[in-house]
Amino acid sequence: MRPAFSVLFLTTLIGAGQGLFLALFTQQTYALVGQLPVQSPGFYGYGAVLALVLLVVGLGASFAHLGHPERAWRAASQWRTSWLSREVIALPAFMGVVFLYGAAHLMNWTPVLFKLPNGLALDTTAVLGGIGTVLAFTLYVCTAMIYACLRMMREWHSPLTVVNYILLGGGSGFLLAATYAAFAAPSQAGFFATWALIIIALGLITRAAALWRNARLRPVTTLQSATGIKHPRVEQKSQGAMGGSYNTHEFFHGKSAAFIRAIKPSFLVLAFIGPMALLGSAPAVAGALVPAFAMQYLGLLAERWYFFAEVNHPQNIYYQTIG
Amino acid sequence: MTQLALVIDLNVCVGCHACVTNCKQWNTSGSAGPLSDFNPYEANPNGTFFNRVQTFEAGTFPNTETVHFPKSCLHCENPPCVPVCPTGASYKRKEDGIVLVDYDKCIGCKYCSWACPYGVREFDEERKVMTKCTLCVDRIYDESLPEERRKPSCVLACPPGARLFGDVHDPESEVSVAIRERAGYSLMPEADTKPANQYLPRRKTSVKVRDDELYRADNPHKIDGAPFDHNLPPTTEELN
Repeated sequence: MRPAFSVLFLTTLIGAGQGLFLALFTQQTYALVGQLPVQSPGFYGYGAVLALVLLVVGLGASFAHLGHPERAWRAASQWRTSWLSREVIALPAFMGVVFLYGAAHLMNWTPVLFKLPNGLALDTTAVLGGIGTVLAFTLYVCTAMIYACLRMMREWHSPLTVVNYILLGGGSGFLLAATYAAFAAPSQAGFFATWALIIIALGLITRAAALWRNARLRPVTTLQSATGIKHPRVEQKSQGAMGGSYNTHEFFHGKSAAFIRAIKPSFLVLAFIGPMALLGSAPAVAGALVPAFAMQYLGLLAERWYFFAEVNHPQNIYYQTIG
Repeated sequence: MTQLALVIDLNVCVGCHACVTNCKQWNTSGSAGPLSDFNPYEANPNGTFFNRVQTFEAGTFPNTETVHFPKSCLHCENPPCVPVCPTGASYKRKEDGIVLVDYDKCIGCKYCSWACPYGVREFDEERKVMTKCTLCVDRIYDESLPEERRKPSCVLACPPGARLFGDVHDPESEVSVAIRERAGYSLMPEADTKPANQYLPRRKTSVKVRDDELYRADNPHKIDGAPFDHNLPPTTEELN
C-alpha cells in the first residue's frame, strides 16, 4: 500500500491526543483516591486544550485525504457496518467530551454530581473524565478496526493491530503528558514518565509480535487463484496499460527494498528503544522528555508509514508486469 | 432474486481490447461525467477505466498458452467494498445485484478500493470520486434502444463473443448454462466474496472422427459374402 501522509498524521496525532487525555485523567483518578496530590485546575484544563489541539489538527489532516471534504458529514451515516463511519462519530464525540472536561476544569464548574457508596464524591470533571476514557478507547478500537476488519489485508487482519493502536497511542500520550508536566507540574512528571515507559515497553512487545507474525505470513492468494489458470507456472505478460493506473499508484509504496529494510529498525529505535532509554536513564525533566517525545513522534510516523507499506494487497498480483 | 453478471470465456477472448475501448467510450459519454484521462497522448498515459484486459502466459516455452484476461468489477454477492463505505455511496442494488457508486455521495476516501481484493475500483483523479463498472446500468434498461442492444457496451463490442451477459440466478439463462456446462469458476474463491461474474476456462479443442464417418459402413464392396461388382465405384481404400 502507498502510505498517505494525511492518514499518518491523523492516526499519530489523535493517538497522542487520546493518550494525553487518558494520562491526565489517570493522574486525576490517582489524586481522587488520594494517591497523588491534586493539581491545579489549570494543569488539567490546559492539558485538555493541548489534547484538543492534537485532535483538531489530526482531524484536519484527515480531510486532506478526501476527494470531496465538503461531503465529509455524510461519513457518519453508515455506523452499522463501517468502522470508518464509527470513527467519524467517535472522534467528534471524544473531542466534545475533552472540550467539556477542559472547560469544566478551567471554569471551575465542579459541582459534585453523585457520591459513590464508599463516600467518594464525583464532580463534573470526574464524570466527564470517565466518559472521555470510554470514548478514547472506543476511538482507538474504531481507528484500528478500519484496518483490522479487512480480511484480505492479512498483515492488518489481526487483534495485534487493535492492541498496537491502543499501546502506541497511549505511550505517545503518556510521554507527552510527562513532557507537559515537566513544564506545568514538575512534581508529576515522574508519574507520567513511569507509565509512559511501561506502555512503550508493552507497545514494543506487541508491535514486534506483529512484525514477527507478518514476516511469517504466507500468501493465500496466488496468481493461479486470482486468474483461475490451473497451471503451476503462470506469468503475467501485460497488465493492460503501459503508463500505470490507479492500481499501480495506490497499492505500491514505490520505495526500494533497501529503504524498507532501513525503516523497520529506524522506527523501532526512534519510537521505542530511544525514548525508553531516555526515560529509563534520565530524570523526568524537560531536557530529557522533549527530545524523547520528538524522537518518539518521528518514530511513530515512520511506524505508521511502514504499517501501510508492509501490506501486500492481493490486487498487486494482477500488476506484476507492465507489458 | 436477479443477479446480473458477465461470464467471460477465456477460451474465446483474443485480447483485442475492444471491450475496453467501448466501455470507455460509453461510460465517458454518460451523464455521470467523464472517465478522465491524463497525458493521453504523452509518454505516460493514465486514466480511469472500468475494464482492463491483461495477458498471462501459462507453461514453459515452447509449450505455452497465452491467456487474455479481461478484468472488471465482479459484482460480488458478498461485496467487501460495500459495508466499509462510510457514506453509503457504495451499494449493491437489491433488484438486480449490480454494485454501484453514488457519485454524489462519495467522499473519495478510497477505503472501498482497499477492501476490494481484485483492484477493480478506480479513483477518478479529476472527479475525485471512486468509480467502477456499472454493468452499463444506464443502457441495459433503456427502452429507447432495441431490445438486443440493451446489453453492456463491452458485451456488444466483443468480436468473438467472449462476453456473455445475463442473470446468473436464473438456471436457464445463457450465462447459467455456460457456467454449468463449461466449468465456470470464480476468481479468488478464498476471498469469500462470491463474485457474480464468472470465467470460463481454456479448453482443449478436439474433434473425434470415427472410421465410419470416413468410410461408408454400408459400402456394398464391404458387405461379407457379396459378389465383387466391377460396376460399383471403387472404395477409398482401393483408391489409395
